[in-house]
Amino acid sequence: MATITTEGVRHVANLARLEFNKEEMEHFTDQLARILGYIGKLNELETDEVPPTSHIHPHQVFIMGSETEASHVAKPDVVKPSYPREELRAREITAVELTESVYARIAEVEPHVKGYLTLTKDLALEQASRADAGFQNGDDMPALAGIPIAIKDVICTKGVRTTCASKILETFVPPYDATVMKKLHAQGIVMIGKTNMDEFAMGSSTENSAYQITHNPWDLDTIPGGSSGGSAAVVSADTAICSLGSDTGGSIRQPAALCGVVGMKPTYGRVSRYGLVAFASSLDQIGPFTKDVTDCALLLNAICGSDTMDATSVDVPVPDFTQSLINDVKGLKIGIPKEYFTPALDSEIAQQVHTATAVLEALGATVEEISLPHTEYAIATYYIIAPAEASANLARYDGVRYGYRNENPEDLIDMYKRTRSEAFGEEVKRRIMIGTFALSAGYQDAYYRKAQKVRTLIKSDFDAAFEKVDVIATPTSPTPAFKIGERTDDPLQMYLSDVMTTPASHAGLPGISVPCGFVKNGLPVGLQLLGAPFAEKKVLRVAYTFEQNTDHHRQKPKIGT
Amino acid sequence: MQYETVIGLEVHVQLKTRSKMFCGCPADYQAAEPNTRTCPVCLGLPGALPVINRSAVEYTVLTGLALNCSIPEFTKFDRKNYPYPDLMKGYQISQYDLPLALGGYVDIAGDPALDLGLRSIGVERVHLEEDVAKLQHFPHAINEDGGEGYSLVDVNRSGVALMEIVSKPDMRSPEEARQYLTSIHSLVQYLGVSTGNMQDGNFRCDANVSIRPAGSDVFGTRTEVKNMNSFRAVYQALEFEVERQKRVIGDGDAVVQETRGWIEEREVTVSQRSKEYAHDYRYFPEPDLPPLRIGPEKVAQLKAALPELAPQRKARFQSELGLSEYDAESLVGSRAMADYFESTVALRNATAVDRPAAAKEIANWMLGDLARLLNQDHRDIDASPVTPERLNDLLTLIDDGTLSTSLAKTVLDEMYASGGDPADIVQAQGLGQISDTGAIEDAVAEAIAANPKAVADYISGKDTAARFLMGQVMRLTRGQAQPELALRLVQEGLEEEKARQG
Repeated sequence: MATITTEGVRHVANLARLEFNKEEMEHFTDQLARILGYIGKLNELETDEVPPTSHIHPHQVFIMGSETEASHVAKPDVVKPSYPREELRAREITAVELTESVYARIAEVEPHVKGYLTLTKDLALEQASRADAGFQNGDDMPALAGIPIAIKDVICTKGVRTTCASKILETFVPPYDATVMKKLHAQGIVMIGKTNMDEFAMGSSTENSAYQITHNPWDLDTIPGGSSGGSAAVVSADTAICSLGSDTGGSIRQPAALCGVVGMKPTYGRVSRYGLVAFASSLDQIGPFTKDVTDCALLLNAICGSDTMDATSVDVPVPDFTQSLINDVKGLKIGIPKEYFTPALDSEIAQQVHTATAVLEALGATVEEISLPHTEYAIATYYIIAPAEASANLARYDGVRYGYRNENPEDLIDMYKRTRSEAFGEEVKRRIMIGTFALSAGYQDAYYRKAQKVRTLIKSDFDAAFEKVDVIATPTSPTPAFKIGERTDDPLQMYLSDVMTTPASHAGLPGISVPCGFVKNGLPVGLQLLGAPFAEKKVLRVAYTFEQNTDHHRQKPKIGT
Repeated sequence: MQYETVIGLEVHVQLKTRSKMFCGCPADYQAAEPNTRTCPVCLGLPGALPVINRSAVEYTVLTGLALNCSIPEFTKFDRKNYPYPDLMKGYQISQYDLPLALGGYVDIAGDPALDLGLRSIGVERVHLEEDVAKLQHFPHAINEDGGEGYSLVDVNRSGVALMEIVSKPDMRSPEEARQYLTSIHSLVQYLGVSTGNMQDGNFRCDANVSIRPAGSDVFGTRTEVKNMNSFRAVYQALEFEVERQKRVIGDGDAVVQETRGWIEEREVTVSQRSKEYAHDYRYFPEPDLPPLRIGPEKVAQLKAALPELAPQRKARFQSELGLSEYDAESLVGSRAMADYFESTVALRNATAVDRPAAAKEIANWMLGDLARLLNQDHRDIDASPVTPERLNDLLTLIDDGTLSTSLAKTVLDEMYASGGDPADIVQAQGLGQISDTGAIEDAVAEAIAANPKAVADYISGKDTAARFLMGQVMRLTRGQAQPELALRLVQEGLEEEKARQG
């Protein structure tokens, strides 16, 4: 592994179009050395014979010439008309009232929680009225018509500012809707607003937002988790009925656990990523936050499905997920991976999770210990692959076409550097630096390729486990919500918040976090349930059964008291 | 010292797909107003994703097969990272280690000056990528801040499908490079995968050039020459660069590895100062595009669909139709030309008995008068107002004696100008041949009466005088007299005159 020198860091910064002053440079050099030192643990593994994984569902068979077998992996060579305007479908009288009640609740508690970056009340009331008109006409209305929903500010919303909680996109108004937004609008949903997050979804506490700190409704001094902290907090605080987030290494599941709500990351490829501002393309997935598993299934029904605009979406049939809402786990095998129960795991959380699996066992499931031997390498692998992809994904933010631009550059390259250095936050710059370094000449094999190979090993662990069990149960987070500011000076400690969620991300698996109790100081605990690729129904069935036989999800935070 | 030249070419070919490489925007950017062929994908907006264009993959595989390449079963796209304002995403989607086609060759005639005979030039790989936006710089114009200079970006070209054909460093002279480039150009046109228009940038070429002592098998330091916008420019730039490198080494200096641009007006290559930063493209697999598997059955299907290419067609024109090498070479110069020729031959064959004679006649018309008319207007043959059907009609009018060859040329001019039917033109302008003996006899009498000197010459034994008088008869009949008949009647008239005077 490499020795990190200031000179090397300067070279990488130059490649990444970033500039640092002397103090920052020393700071970064020190942090990169520590992070890369930790990542060096990957060298414990012999990977000469292991193929790298760059795509979770690789080698799509491309059938050339046969337009009828329209695989969305490759598009037919046809010119598309410009985007047809999505007509929102209308609904019942209560939609406006429901929407008004959500904004009333926002007026009351949002000053404490600070979950929203943008509120779209006028638009929401317009959408609600349209829904009501439909209900009055007696139209056959979709399941989510008139439902107030919050959207993580990383999903493009046509005509509504989409910032990714970054200064660099402060003024960016997308001219198009993400595929999930089109699907939700077709359902007649009401968009309440855009929620706070870690800048470009990089973080585990939502403290990396350029705009505001979001507070956990259960204890306003603690973080809501991240990166989808805003989307988790607004559902927890009842300032939205449900919300969408995105999960790259745990960014839905971890905040769901910390805020005591249901959060699900579907199988990679289940939900179109078109219009999801990319962080790490081979890991990113959109998913729902809801108050219970039933709503989760309804929202999944609305957003899943392959998309001709996303070649990595997978063309498998989408079941009706509400059919998996069965209060019965008899005959199902649930695996408990021993590697997740390390000394780093909060003992109260370990206890709650054991209690939860005991509940499932009592209801007729078979519970057995399993092994996922490469679990301990997941974080190191993640902090190579995700930053590497991010370093390319964030290259487009250069001040040329949209967003923030430095006003007094000396020349083009200076404009790039100043714009990016001024408008990206520290964590984003850190990850761009790590990723650029991991891909750079001379280091790509030792870091990026190595991580892709270890990713293969992690995926193989899960493949073997799902030969034996139907669902894997683990804690979602090693700790409950921590204090605001507690980990901001220690990036590596922050990264370890994702230790329970990143392994499944590497394997592209579906995973849900459901409330499973509280620690002594009253903070919620999440139970993570993982399934084989596209086995969302089994995951939902176990989650639903657990929920029907416990009442953790019915507990509400008392905000500001 | 004797030096050997080593040249490798990288040819970029814009594919003739309807839509762009990764989105549904129309690829016809050239005629469009700036920034009217764009969408979130080719603008590189946050959240937008690419999807591979099937036709572009097909065209590239087809080209690979025509270049005798192997088509690997697995192929993938990669990100090539570099920042530049013409690159909307900060990276270009290209192919790094698993291109669509690998290891082929192209046969060329070879450079007579080198005397190496027929040569086989290796093709390293053929891969697919996306074109970048177009920048226009106005260094002296007043910008919106009142200062000097601005640049404009036209995103229309961003994302147009671009195929890159990389040769091995197998060419040993600018002439060999010219032949290789011409072959590739003809090939993509015959395959129908590109318009191949070099002026418009549909077909672009960069060259790697180095020299080494004759007999050495170590490569010298190479330079990359860019900005050559015509076949002539490629040839001239390479000639210049080879001579420049010889001078540098002759002066005891070392060739510097660098990019050099060809300056057309000054006929020199100049160093394009290397960018401030080191190039490190940091290639990695494009996570937004799954790797592709191209089934062998599809490869076989495309192989079966390969059209006959120029070299084979030329050989067939010579062997089956008896054309000279020169005519055959000229006719296969473009696929449209060869197709036009074959269409006309097929139409003629319905009537003409002597195929080689008919083929030769068509070739003469195409390469002579029709080519002259087309060249005047810088028109390609597929835009010719005279179709193969009309050309056949014209030749049929010569067959049946309605038109002489010279009259037919007049009619062709009219057909080209008006797009009309030759029979109609003959009718409307009264251009048919006069084969009525009485009418021609009057003209003969008039010519003989008006030219006593020519008559005297004839009587004194100068047979050429008869030709002169025949010309006068043709003039008097506006060229419409049937020539053989006119000559016979002039000769008869002169003989009569001779008998009368003698």
